[in-house]
Amino acid sequence: MTMSPDVPFRETWSRPPFIKRAWLRWTLYGGALLYLALAIGSIEVNWTRVWDGLDRGVRFIEGFLVPDFTSRWEDILVGMEESLTMTVTSTVVGVLISIPIGIGAARNIAPLPVYAVCRAIVALSRSFQEIIVAILFVAMFGFGPLAGFMTLSFATIGFLAKLLAEDIEDIDESQAEAIRATGAGWWQIVTYAIQPQVMPRLVGLSLYRLDINFRESSVIGIVGAGGIGATLNTAMDRYEYDSAAAILIIIILIVMAAEYLSGFVRKWVQ
Amino acid sequence: MLWLGWLALIAFFVFCWQVMTQNTIWAFVSDAPSQAGDIGSRMFPPRWSYIPQLLEPLWDTMNIATLGTLLALFMAIPVAFLAARNTTPSVRFIRPIALLIIVSSRSINSLIWALLLVAIIGPGVLAGIVAIAFRSIGFIAKLLYEAIEEIDASQVEAVAATGATKAQIMDYAVVPQILPAFAGITVFRWDINIRESTVLGLVGAGGLGLRLQESLNVLAWPQVTVIFMLILITVLFSEWISAKVRHAII
Repeated sequence: MTMSPDVPFRETWSRPPFIKRAWLRWTLYGGALLYLALAIGSIEVNWTRVWDGLDRGVRFIEGFLVPDFTSRWEDILVGMEESLTMTVTSTVVGVLISIPIGIGAARNIAPLPVYAVCRAIVALSRSFQEIIVAILFVAMFGFGPLAGFMTLSFATIGFLAKLLAEDIEDIDESQAEAIRATGAGWWQIVTYAIQPQVMPRLVGLSLYRLDINFRESSVIGIVGAGGIGATLNTAMDRYEYDSAAAILIIIILIVMAAEYLSGFVRKWVQ
Repeated sequence: MLWLGWLALIAFFVFCWQVMTQNTIWAFVSDAPSQAGDIGSRMFPPRWSYIPQLLEPLWDTMNIATLGTLLALFMAIPVAFLAARNTTPSVRFIRPIALLIIVSSRSINSLIWALLLVAIIGPGVLAGIVAIAFRSIGFIAKLLYEAIEEIDASQVEAVAATGATKAQIMDYAVVPQILPAFAGITVFRWDINIRESTVLGLVGAGGLGLRLQESLNVLAWPQVTVIFMLILITVLFSEWISAKVRHAII
């Protein structure tokens, strides 16, 4: 073990820089700084409005500390009922529709034309966020939870079909091959080789989506698709911050409960 | 037993369906295909000349997402370290508070945050930035604290054995291990934030959504088409960038 003599022994060590090439490093840093300066410079803030608004902020925090559940209880109940039913129905329908689409979007079991169509459906559903879909569905089906239900079902398809298709593509091929070797048809391969492998994940993902659908259902009401979001929007418009705080607290509690429950069920399934 | 479960699920579904649709006016629903056709015919041809007016909102949207993500980082990093079991100063008192911050931030959608903040600090880009930041704290902090909890303890021990102080242990043993995860999470959230900031304007928080709301209010469907297309392109672009960056990091 000899050290080459031209490399001096270093007493100290410093970390290598994040990006090796110095010019690239400084260009990136400079570019980032320039962008930040431009971006922050282009924000127009009406500071007097912010100052006036702080008063409202204080009232809102007070509302959170002393939420008012009673005076709008009827409205909250209706909104909650709509949100919850919308969540359940849209998840069930969305899952049912996304199973065939997910199978169709898996390259290893679907023929190319079916694959292309199913992937297109998934891409279409994933590229528009719920709120935009909700605007269109409200225009088509009128105000109310039905439009919300359609929106959430549509969004569920993109989410679940994509993940299901990826799961099917990732399955253990040897099991499928073993079933295929027995002379099983396509349908039999799906039920005996693929379904048992992806079922636990599918249940887990459906529960996760139930959770997401509830969160989303609290938002799409803002554009008229029913649910607790509409109630919240009304409360904000009336400057009833204590009622709004009560609604938010209920949403947080339900989301927490749903997350806890779905975690529990997922552990039990797997 | 399993069949009973399925039966219960179906019964529950039917019950929910009935409760949900009790106030539905079916005349509007049966009318939907013709409505859809009507809207579809109004949406085309798109009004391309509207694009120049959209460039400034597009810039605002980018800024809301980017600055919102940066602001969220500043707040999420301490929260994540306080929430991780192996770095929190107190498992019993501080960790639950950090977890509560994470849960509250995650349960409330950025659009609702925007609704609140527009009421408090007034309409505009600033409300959008703060809304995005508040929503992202929970997301970033949750993924980050999970990454911190999964670090290799032997590296921490090795650095501690050299006599390093607490801060030095953080700097040389903990941070290098979570840096890739951190960068990945940040870019991932930035991508989601671009997506969300395109619609924040619906409640008055600036960006493309503001133009969308204006166009919807006057039923200018050809403009709505242009905005939808621009949103789609922006979202695909950000997804592409985030996939590239994550690929380069991991």
